[in-house]
Amino acid sequence: MTDHSERIEMNSVPAEVSEKSTAGWRNSDLWFSFKRSPVIVLAALVFFILVASAVFAPVLAPYTPFDPASLNLMNGFTAPLASNEFTGDYFLLGTDDQGRDMLSTILYGLRVSLFVGITAVLFAMLLGVTLGLISGYLGGWVDNVIMRVADVQMTFPSIMVAMLLYGIGKGIIPPDLRDEMAIWVLIVSIGLSEWVQFARTVRGATMVEKEKEYVQAGHLIGLSRVSIMVRHILPNVMGPVLVIATISLALAIIAEATLSFLGVGAPKTEPSLGTLINVGRQFILSGEWWILLFPSLTLLALALSVNLFGDWLRDVLNPKLR
Amino acid sequence: MLAFVLQRVAQALLVLLAVGFVSFSMFQFMGDPVENMMGQEATVADRAALEERLGLNDPIVVQFARFVGRAIEGDFGVSYRVGLPVAEVIFDRLPATLELALFSGVLAIGLGFVLGIYTAIKRDGWLAHSIMTLSLIGVSLPTFLIGIFLIWIFSVTLGWLPSFGRGETASFFGVELAILTWSGFKSMILPAVTLGLYQMTLIMRLVRAEMLEVLRSDYIRFARARGLSPYRIHYRHALKNTLVPVITVTGLQLGSIIAFAIITETVFQWPGVGLLFINAIGFVDIPVMSAYLLLVGVIFVSINLVVDLLYYSIDPRLSFSGTKAKGH
Repeated sequence: MTDHSERIEMNSVPAEVSEKSTAGWRNSDLWFSFKRSPVIVLAALVFFILVASAVFAPVLAPYTPFDPASLNLMNGFTAPLASNEFTGDYFLLGTDDQGRDMLSTILYGLRVSLFVGITAVLFAMLLGVTLGLISGYLGGWVDNVIMRVADVQMTFPSIMVAMLLYGIGKGIIPPDLRDEMAIWVLIVSIGLSEWVQFARTVRGATMVEKEKEYVQAGHLIGLSRVSIMVRHILPNVMGPVLVIATISLALAIIAEATLSFLGVGAPKTEPSLGTLINVGRQFILSGEWWILLFPSLTLLALALSVNLFGDWLRDVLNPKLR
Repeated sequence: MLAFVLQRVAQALLVLLAVGFVSFSMFQFMGDPVENMMGQEATVADRAALEERLGLNDPIVVQFARFVGRAIEGDFGVSYRVGLPVAEVIFDRLPATLELALFSGVLAIGLGFVLGIYTAIKRDGWLAHSIMTLSLIGVSLPTFLIGIFLIWIFSVTLGWLPSFGRGETASFFGVELAILTWSGFKSMILPAVTLGLYQMTLIMRLVRAEMLEVLRSDYIRFARARGLSPYRIHYRHALKNTLVPVITVTGLQLGSIIAFAIITETVFQWPGVGLLFINAIGFVDIPVMSAYLLLVGVIFVSINLVVDLLYYSIDPRLSFSGTKAKGH
């Protein structure tokens, strides 16, 4: 098999797939089921709004909360829906102890939370799908090694694995780079803590697929093992991966929030929702409830909408539950 | 049977060895210990002598073996942060974590079973429906948020229960326990509920799902046809057959309780090993982190081993097929 003919095939495959999917998605079971469950439509809507407001945070946010020049300490502890008694400035959701607008900090925090969550899941997916594909297709000792590692990791809860990895990561990185690298350490730790689910599912599906005729046909016409795996088996095992990715996203968002809340996640300079909740917690005893409540509600809406969507996707795509 | 047990034990030891290697290799990343120990005027010869004395020139396998040997003796080095032997620091705090974990485990299993059975039997009742909806929220809520909101409601607003700390402790065979005093017990309620809520919802949903599945099976239908009382059907026939998967998951959840204790202990400033670990991460206190990893490894591996063996002795189908049970 030459490079040239591989490239031709690579171009022809996606075209075919996209043509099929645009013609059929309105008639699909997925769309039908989606239209019929109002809760899911609502969850999707909430998720979409949250993602959009995170993406457009610099445009939407009324203030720039992390620019020290724009902060006025006199604005500290302004209650929501009220003007500050000294400066007369108005903040929709109030301000925190340093006079930062809550709405703006939440928008930026949402951005960090979603970025870490999505990147971590993509990383876990890449790693898990690759290892699962190799494990299922090659079998033998490679399969054995990968699956034993997965077994060992499965015995520990993923949030704990993420915490330990974060600790190890912090130990490895030289002290002066720790703050800069914190977000990436966080992403890698959460990603590494979630790959097992992907690997196991893809491995199982690959073992079924590799016995099928099209794979044998691929062998006969002399395709390399890599191209059979990547171009022919992979598209056929991606269905369940999507479901796991959605469920993992909810887990990753919660893991990120938890780590940041515990002070071992996002750095103070780039606070995520978890960091904001940690800050807000200090003020519940003194009555400034809004500093805690609004970031918590945002996190709740995010986690709940992703969770609901993931559960629904799993139920619809799983023929056993029909 | 014996082959199965031996195989599982060997597997557990292998896992422990792997965990041990991870915690051993953490020390490789903390910089050069010799550099820190030598004075400014140290000569190259002094350096070499110290390296030799510390055994840093030995092959990595020998160093690892020495690490394992010391760990078995309970020597994990000295904490950077508090300057005390790590083993002492950890054992000082272990009772607090264990009593919290046990208390919330009992709470989660008890309530989880009761609610699970109830929602399965009365599956169309309004109360069962509301319990199920609430449990969905319980599963989605991060543990730390539950803790904060419980503090908000029961400590700040109502003022019934303390919001942090362990209260007074009383000595029981030399172990300081909070549950033995009234103030300690009150301090434990909120952390225990926080810690157990997630496990409780999980156990409840699992018990419910398993019950519903069993109640649909032929032998239950036959039992109904025979005219057995619903009580007998539900508790003697159905419940018994839901136990196998429930015990596995519940057992594994005990491990999660230890893991989530890190979060709960931080929220409530409960002075256990989880809080110790979080502080250790903050300070990059590697001896404590490494020892904690080992401790958690031992706890998890033993729980898994026990659950595996229990599973084997509860489910008669597994003992009939003998060692075939290992098939994955």
